[in-house]
Amino acid sequence: MLWNLVVILLAVTALASAGCWLTPNARIAEGLNFGAAAIDCTLVVILLARTPARGIETLDGYLLLDPLGLWVMLCTALVYLLASLHAIGYMRGMHEESARLNRFYGLFSAFALALFLAPLQNNPGLFWISIELTTIVSAFLVAFQRAPETIEAAWKYVIIASAGLSLALLGTVLFYWAGTFAAGPSYNMTWARFATLAPAVNPTLILLAFLLVLTGFGTKVGLAPMHTWLPDAHSEAPAPVSALLSGALLNCAMLGVVRYLLVLRQTRVYPLAQTILVAFGALSLLVAALFITRQTLIKRLAAYSSLEHMGIMAIGFGFGAPFGVIGALYQMLNHSLTKSAVFFGAGNAMHAYHSKQIAKIRRVLDYFPMSGALWLAAAVAITGAPPFGLFWGEITLLRGGMASANTWAVAWTGVFLIVIFIGFLKHFRVMYFGREPAEPPDTTLHWTQVAPLALAVGTVLVLGLWWPHPIWVYLSAIARHFEPT
Amino acid sequence: MSTFHPNGLAAAVFSLLSISALILSFVMLASHWIKNHILAFAIQSWVIAFLSAFIGVSGHYPELILIAFLTALLRGTFLPFLLIRLLDQAHLDREFAPLVQPSSSMVLGAALVLLAYTMALHLGPGARIPDPTALMALTTMLAITLIGFLMLVLRTEALSHLLGLLVIENGIFLGSQILMPGMPLLLELVILFDLLIIVVTFGILVRYLKREVGSTDSRVLRRLVG
Repeated sequence: MLWNLVVILLAVTALASAGCWLTPNARIAEGLNFGAAAIDCTLVVILLARTPARGIETLDGYLLLDPLGLWVMLCTALVYLLASLHAIGYMRGMHEESARLNRFYGLFSAFALALFLAPLQNNPGLFWISIELTTIVSAFLVAFQRAPETIEAAWKYVIIASAGLSLALLGTVLFYWAGTFAAGPSYNMTWARFATLAPAVNPTLILLAFLLVLTGFGTKVGLAPMHTWLPDAHSEAPAPVSALLSGALLNCAMLGVVRYLLVLRQTRVYPLAQTILVAFGALSLLVAALFITRQTLIKRLAAYSSLEHMGIMAIGFGFGAPFGVIGALYQMLNHSLTKSAVFFGAGNAMHAYHSKQIAKIRRVLDYFPMSGALWLAAAVAITGAPPFGLFWGEITLLRGGMASANTWAVAWTGVFLIVIFIGFLKHFRVMYFGREPAEPPDTTLHWTQVAPLALAVGTVLVLGLWWPHPIWVYLSAIARHFEPT
Repeated sequence: MSTFHPNGLAAAVFSLLSISALILSFVMLASHWIKNHILAFAIQSWVIAFLSAFIGVSGHYPELILIAFLTALLRGTFLPFLLIRLLDQAHLDREFAPLVQPSSSMVLGAALVLLAYTMALHLGPGARIPDPTALMALTTMLAITLIGFLMLVLRTEALSHLLGLLVIENGIFLGSQILMPGMPLLLELVILFDLLIIVVTFGILVRYLKREVGSTDSRVLRRLVG
């Protein structure tokens, strides 16, 4: 029954993608894409409610449906739905690309399909492939506008992500090799199998393999210092694609890191691995804070904020069960929603003011009372201020940090959260309350460019005022898997 | 029996083939003619194909013979063919402005081989030194991978970056053939096709680059900073 829903989910997305390629009509393509996103979102919510806590496998153990993977899929589905809605108005505004819009939606839904496939993989090798697949599909979305900058961004993205992922492949191969000492030359590689075999192996080998995997998937997560592709790709892609990159792709890559962290849970090097993850997160926070304060381009600002939040999630997972993990997972959902809203607003402002520069965007609230207010709320939310959901994610995670071995990271995170709060909102103060712009912006906004902002900001506001008990129970059940034995 | 333990003759053949693969990556480091790189990559892929076939026959892993055949066909023939076509389309035949002289990059490569050997010494099961075949396989795997990264760092042409990536994957593939011939067939097949997709993606992006930017030198790609 559950697997039928998964098949429907994948089939609907695949058919929508194929349909978009076949139809020359952009209106049909955007309808197909949005329809698929709505169906996917419903199905993921049903799956989330029905799947047992221990997870289920199918297809000889090749596919896995577990609460952790489903949580990542939920973030993907929500962002895909909001971004598909935003894309309708936003992409119609890009008149020079109107002839190729059907291909945009074809790629967009194919990207979503790849993002749904990754969390379902039970075989670490196939997981690696599905992450590689997301790189290739999204590279074409980044390069969609075919300007020199966008091609440069796509180029760097493919080179850096593939080089990083080749390290992850090496790590995967070493994990498999480590397993052969206990299980014989051929065995079924799954996450659970790796975890049972890992404690018997030479800890140096396991640690090296983990470091390779962490560096590899960490490149895709955007952890510093492997983050260099992230600001380029996020800022050059069309806004709905930036939302999907930041709100869905980074989570999928983070899932890879987390699944390997779980493989190490019963080994002696688990605490060391947690500390390394915390250190990577702390470095990412530092880099993000520096670049946010001095930023001049609006979408790069949002991109560096993704770097910040992925760093915080890494720190949370490094702090460990229960609060660190629960906080990091709550952070993941709220970051996906809030960051999508920030990118939608940034895209709208870029179209209205015909510029990527913060300096050219002025007095947003005067020209856009409704969407401007929502964008400002999203900006406040993304800095982790109450009463929005990210605040609770961060507080919970830091509470977990107080009980962990890495208490220094709590103070570190606190300091940089304040720096980023000031640095990030300074740019918004300039955009909202500065002098009059040289020429008034183009104030035409399609309703689909505002509705997803309202939906996302509304949801994170609710999640900030009220943490639903079922979500707490669900996340605590996941966190139990992270306890060292 | 955990890993595959070959007898004397088989071990000698393994060593010969892995070391030739390693030397071929030095050929790539030393030359600035991209055609030579592609040629060396093709030969390296054939060497790995022979190695797979040899392990398949001597270790009774029939599926490896299929892998060997596909490696020779895809990596040894089809990928080099695609790369040479890309090269002709882009009208370039060599790295025009190398960052580091070939001799210096060879020295760096040699240092990386030593590093790989030191790392391999520490990776045996239960903190013991791995047996000679595994040690050699680990060393060549890590060394070729590191040299691939060195090529990524030192080269500026888009195509050389692509070749660097392919060399990294060749290294991983070579090591995994010797260390774990029983690795699931599905995985090896998927990795082979994945490479093909990457090369095609690169081909399309190189075409865009040439059309929109007018060059495929990565040092021109400097607009996005900060």
